[in-house]
Amino acid sequence: MTAPEFFFFIFATITVLSAVMVISSRNPIHSVLFLILAFLNSSGLFLIAGAEFLALLLAIVYVGAVAVLFLFVVMMLNINFARLREGMAKSIPIGASVGAILLVELILVLGAYGFRDADHPVLIAQPIAESGPTNTHALGSILYTEYVYLFQGAGMILLVAMIGAIVLTLRQREGVKKQSVPEQIARRREKTVELVKIKPGQGMGGEV
Amino acid sequence: MLVPLSYYLTLSAILFTIGVFGIFLNRKNVIIILMSIELMLLAVNLNLVAFSAHLQDMVGQVFVMFTLTVAAAEVAIGLAILVIYFRNRGSIEIDDVSVMKG
Repeated sequence: MTAPEFFFFIFATITVLSAVMVISSRNPIHSVLFLILAFLNSSGLFLIAGAEFLALLLAIVYVGAVAVLFLFVVMMLNINFARLREGMAKSIPIGASVGAILLVELILVLGAYGFRDADHPVLIAQPIAESGPTNTHALGSILYTEYVYLFQGAGMILLVAMIGAIVLTLRQREGVKKQSVPEQIARRREKTVELVKIKPGQGMGGEV
Repeated sequence: MLVPLSYYLTLSAILFTIGVFGIFLNRKNVIIILMSIELMLLAVNLNLVAFSAHLQDMVGQVFVMFTLTVAAAEVAIGLAILVIYFRNRGSIEIDDVSVMKG
């Protein structure tokens, strides 16, 4: 076994085990932490495959953003997780059978299909230079030229997702005393301050 | 390629199956279902990267970036919907979602 294969097996084993723990763990916080572990190990697998930029991107995007978002939501909502686990045993048989069928199908596909060799020239759209620029450089030189519209579209998707999430979760609470800056600025002296002349001994006379 | 393609494909098949199984297993818990979807997308990404390395083609890695984008957007929207659902209902059980009353 060569060194890359050895590391592949280590990363793959930890990834699969932590994926199993994600779906079977009793506490959702543990699930999120195992999800982080799975993503970190699969970024190691990306590294072995030679996709250095994507490996680091996976670590940053998933561990830094997505998993933290999950943790935030799990901790913010006061959810009765014990109730959610009721009836779990009931769905194990059908889930296991569907999963087993799917796995067998996928492995049959892999075993039956012969993939073309790398030296087949027709398939290659953007060949990876053996001793050329770095992975990041190569990725950027394709992403910003040939796939620039898709790249912009991906940016639009993220923008829409961001605005959508803000719009969905923003709420105006009733009866909360808050500072309203525009109202303060729009205030005029004539409307709010009134000069009342009061004769001695008469008081306000009932008018406020 | 340092590691045979079939290793990567088998691994991602296993990961995808675990994701599908997780959806069946935690039918009531939306958070775990979202995590299972993340696992399935990770399996897809692994496939793309493995084929990119096998065929010596950069395009696979470009598409992994787009998959990452979609996954991040999906999680953000999904969790936002989850938060407002919890705010309205006080629980995140999926069975209650069939009731279309706010």
